[in-house]
Parts: sequence; C-alpha cells; structure tokens
Amino acid sequence: MLLRSNGLMTFLSMKSRSSAYPLTLAWALLLWSALACSPQGEQRLEVVKFDALDELINRDSEQLEVINFWATWCKPCIKELPYFEELHSENESVHVTLVSLDFADEFEKKVVPFVDSRGLSADVLLLDEIDYNAWIDRVDPSWSGAIPATLLINHRTNKRRFVEKELTKEELESIISELTN
Amino acid sequence: MQFLKTVVLALTLVFATTGERMEGLQVGDKAVDFNLKNVDGKMISLKTNKNAKGYILVFTCNTCPYSVMYEDRIIALHKKYAEQGYPVLAIQPNDPQKSPGDSFENMQVRAKEKGFPFPYVMDETQEVTKTYGATNTPHVYVLNKTTGGDFKIEYIGAIDNNSRNAEAASKRYVEEALDNLIGGGDVPITTTKAIGCTIKWGE
Repeated sequence: MLLRSNGLMTFLSMKSRSSAYPLTLAWALLLWSALACSPQGEQRLEVVKFDALDELINRDSEQLEVINFWATWCKPCIKELPYFEELHSENESVHVTLVSLDFADEFEKKVVPFVDSRGLSADVLLLDEIDYNAWIDRVDPSWSGAIPATLLINHRTNKRRFVEKELTKEELESIISELTN
Repeated sequence: MQFLKTVVLALTLVFATTGERMEGLQVGDKAVDFNLKNVDGKMISLKTNKNAKGYILVFTCNTCPYSVMYEDRIIALHKKYAEQGYPVLAIQPNDPQKSPGDSFENMQVRAKEKGFPFPYVMDETQEVTKTYGATNTPHVYVLNKTTGGDFKIEYIGAIDNNSRNAEAASKRYVEEALDNLIGGGDVPITTTKAIGCTIKWGE
C-alpha cells in the first residue's frame, strides 16, 4: 500500500539529501505519518481486490460516493478524468475513487507514472480481478463491462446511478446535484 | 404525441431500473442476417459461406487494446473450429469518424498484418451492431444453424476469463459453447460479461 502526501514527500527527500540532522529526519517522519493518517492529506494509490471496492459501495458515509472505472489505455476514460479530479479537489462532500482496470503487473510501470504525470490526487485503486464475469454484476447488473463507467451512490438515501459512457463535465455535475438534492 | 412521450419515458425508467440488457438480440433469438463489406471488397452475409453450420461472430476492432490482446486467440478459434463448420466472422462496429484507426483502410492494413484467415467486415451504418446489441469490443456471439436454415444465437459474451494470459484462463466460454454444440449438447454458460472498450457510436 502506498499512502502519499506529495508535498511532505518532497520535503522529506530534500531533508534527507542534505541530511546531517537525524533529528530533523525523525521529526519529518513523524509529521508525515501523522498527516498520512488524516483523511485530507492522504491519497490511496494501491492494488486491491474486489472486497475493497465492495466496502466503498456499501460503506456508511455522509459523502457522496463517486466510483469511476478507467484504464490508462482507455482514451475516453482519460478525457473525462480531469472532471473527476476537479470534483475531488473542489467538493468535500464527494468522495471520488478512480478504479483502474489496468493489469496488476503494470501498476508500477503504467499506473503510478500516469497518476504522477497527471497530478491526480484522488484515490486510485487498481482492481486486480481478472475474472471479470465474477464481479461486473456486483458493481451493477446493467453494466456490460465497457469502460468508461461510473457508479454514484448517496449512502444516506440509498439512491444510486450507474452510467456506462464517457461523461461531460455538465453531465457529471447534473448527476451529482440530482443525487444530493 | 404527449402520450407517446410519457410511454417512452416510463419504459426508459423501467428498463433503467431493472438492470437487464436493454436492447439487442438475446440467446435463443434468431440471428438477424446482414450484408457487410469485407476488407477484400466483397459483400458478406451469413448465407455467403454455404458450408457453415454456425459462426463465431466477433465484434472487434483495430484500436481497442482488449481486441488486440485477443486477436491471436480469435485466429486460433477460427483455425480450430472453421474445419468443423464454425468459422469466425469479425465485424468492426466503430464509427471511423469517431475512431479513425478503425477506418476501412486501416481494417485492411490490420487484416493483412495479422493475416486474418476470416472475413473482417465493416458495419458502416452501425445498424448490425445496434440490432445485435453489442456493447463492447471484443464481444462474441456464437451462432448455430437450425434445421430451417436460419441461425440461432447460442452464446453471447467473452472469449475466456483471462484477457491478460490465454494459458491462465480457467474458463474458455466460446470453446465450451462450440464443443457442446458440435457434440449435440446444450451450451452450459450462455452469457458472460467482460471488461472491454465501448463501441464508438457516430453522431
């Protein structure tokens, strides 16, 4: 698992490079781990199994759950990613998870560099479940399996929407407001 | 008119909430015939190949990485089953305006590069794709000839359950369907789902 707090990592590596001060390093580590544990400062960037996704779908939360299925090879997915990233950074009442369907053995080679180069700060979970037929219906029975696809859940009202297509910014905003009001 | 709109809206809501496949042909339905242009310029229909006892109809394209990953497996399926009467017929469903890599010329290039031993036809109007209800690439329909001479859909879905590694697949759905049909039995798993690329629909 990789928990990241980008600013601090940079700070940490700067410090360690010039480091004749083990105490500073220890402080930085302490501070980093404290921040990593706070909900705002961390980004989940990891390979998961379906139970992690199931947990998100069924959790108890005030936040509107937005789960976007994408992959680095999927052009329409990449086109809509900025809308989800923007939603994540601008709307605290929404919890955005970008579920990558890239292959698990390409996580370090493709997904992590992609997340870095695009500056994505929303949670990115690579779903390592190759037997697609075993779980697609558990996300939504109407899903054919094509991506991009997005699941939106209001845990409070149990209202949910599943969309199997590339969304425009306006379409995404309209679904969000429909589910929150 | 207002009434019609209400009915359409109501139906849309019903379908949207039941979560069933909304449109397109289902397993058990008669396979609707078509007439589509192959990469060699000739028109192809289900009737063209007189010896076919059925078909492995594959909606696939040049540009989807999943389609590319399955190309060799599609060729292998054809090599194994064409001589038993069940050849592959590949249909390219994407609009070339939306997906230039899937233009007819690029299909010709790809077919030549890979040496496709089966027809690779273009669904120019996307009507066939719509009629069959194909939603992603690759999307397979296994057809079997009836005593009446029509073709019936026996299986809809994925080729196997491991897109990454053919050898590691523990279920080979299409082969299983064909082996059972050829042996005169029923198809054990008739529909499956898989991750794939969306169909690129024209405006």
